[in-house]
Amino acid sequence: MNLYAVKAIFLFEMARTRRTLFQSIVSPVISTSLYFVVFGAAIGSRISEIGGISYGSFIVPGLIMLSILMNSVSNASFSIFFPKFTGTVYELMSAPISSFEIILGYVGAAATKSIILGLIILATAGLFVPLQIAHPFWMFLFLFLTAVSFSLLGFIIGIWADNFEKLQIVPLLIVTPLVFLGGSFYSIDMLPPIWQKITLFNPVLYLISGFRWSFYEINDVGVGLSLAMVLLFLGLCVATVWWIFKTGYRVKS
Amino acid sequence: MKNLIEVTNLSKTYASGFEALKGVNLNIRRGEILALLGPNGAGKTTLISTICGIANPSGGTVTVDGFDIIKDYRKTRSLIGLVPQELTTDAFETVWATVTFSRGLFGKPANPAYIEKVLKDLSLWDKKDSMIMALSGGMKRRVLIAKALSHEPSILFLDEPTAGVDVELRKDMWNVVRVLQEKGVTIILTTHYIEEAEAIADRVGVIHNGEIILIDNKSELMSKLGKKQMILDLTESVNSIPPTLDKFGLDLSDDGTQLTYTYDTQAERTGITTLLSALQSAGISFNDLNTTQSSLEDIFINLVSDAS
Repeated sequence: MNLYAVKAIFLFEMARTRRTLFQSIVSPVISTSLYFVVFGAAIGSRISEIGGISYGSFIVPGLIMLSILMNSVSNASFSIFFPKFTGTVYELMSAPISSFEIILGYVGAAATKSIILGLIILATAGLFVPLQIAHPFWMFLFLFLTAVSFSLLGFIIGIWADNFEKLQIVPLLIVTPLVFLGGSFYSIDMLPPIWQKITLFNPVLYLISGFRWSFYEINDVGVGLSLAMVLLFLGLCVATVWWIFKTGYRVKS
Repeated sequence: MKNLIEVTNLSKTYASGFEALKGVNLNIRRGEILALLGPNGAGKTTLISTICGIANPSGGTVTVDGFDIIKDYRKTRSLIGLVPQELTTDAFETVWATVTFSRGLFGKPANPAYIEKVLKDLSLWDKKDSMIMALSGGMKRRVLIAKALSHEPSILFLDEPTAGVDVELRKDMWNVVRVLQEKGVTIILTTHYIEEAEAIADRVGVIHNGEIILIDNKSELMSKLGKKQMILDLTESVNSIPPTLDKFGLDLSDDGTQLTYTYDTQAERTGITTLLSALQSAGISFNDLNTTQSSLEDIFINLVSDAS
């Protein structure tokens, strides 16, 4: 195991975050605060409690998940796309490092950044609305698994993308709609029956539901099912990354 | 073991069907400087990329210090430093950060004293805190060399290290290469320039259309490549070359107005003075004279036609 290489990649990526602190941390915190203002204060004042929880508090887990998902994907995809774009990927490919170590470095850094961001947003939310975390362990487990899974997804997108448009297209056209339609800002009970059924096909619903359960013990789907879905998604991403490195898809000629 | 790198029957066909390497056999000796000459698209970069692990070989084997580049990739890659042809750098990083990163990536614990020495040797020390994007092209090239040397490799691949750099920097690079060789580093460089091979290489290989068509000690190759021609425009056309001039092996143009003399620049005597006297004695006068040296491309074409 080339731990020095894993550490080098990890520290390199974390240093990039420090260098782009505003973009990496401050900007998501500001946009999340705006969501609180718009959804929590403006709309929330017209919506009564959901499951005994005030609307402002209800949307906190969804907002954290929104940031985690978006940032995991964008951080991880950019971190591997950029070396491909500039050509510095030659060094990674000629280094005595295994695929697993490369992923550990890049995905580990992207997931770490997302988790830190999630915790910062949680703290920020605490300034706006009263919070309770019924199951801190489960809360952190969902946070961790989601950050890792979506960082892996981002890594896959970064490998697949051969231009900036492709790099943006999946987060914009797939991840964002899935998050918004996955119950970030509402309980699916509030939807007409047909839409409730359709929403069950949205994998993000299970993440948000399980995560929200760890806060308030209210959920759209069973927590066991949520966990199973996260693990399934994680497994799919791991399998795809394994295939990428086995075949050299878009990595090696 | 005398050979540090052994390339056996190496072939590489890209997905497009392009055959970049066609059964290359090449042994690289420990401690030597080997220059690989070849025109664009000859397969130089593909050969280097394959040995370094960037491209997968389609067939054949490569061993580095006795280790297979695929099975024992960790061992072989940790022995090799690669300076790519393109100036591919992390634009927003500092020189210090990027070189330190390279050392870690190649599995070595941090060693600021060694990095400092590498940067000083390459005249980069005063730029250590500069962002790479702020450096000149020549400085970026040095950064790439520093990155390649950061993990103390025993083999250094330089892919066209002096393409597009000025004469002064080119000579600096040659000095760096010589110093590295003195320290025991084996160096393989690719180049378009004969004079570069002449200046620093111990052996020279010529690669063309994915095949090594010639590999030889520099001195022997240079005498083969060092042919020059002198062309005389005759004042009056002649029908044939007089027998007294036979020993010079002259060529007469079809219209009888030009004589071409081919000679060896490396030879002790070029024979030019004798030829000019002999021409005068034979009553052949000329009104212009010029000399040409075969370009590398011409030499390749000759070598390829000889090989086939």
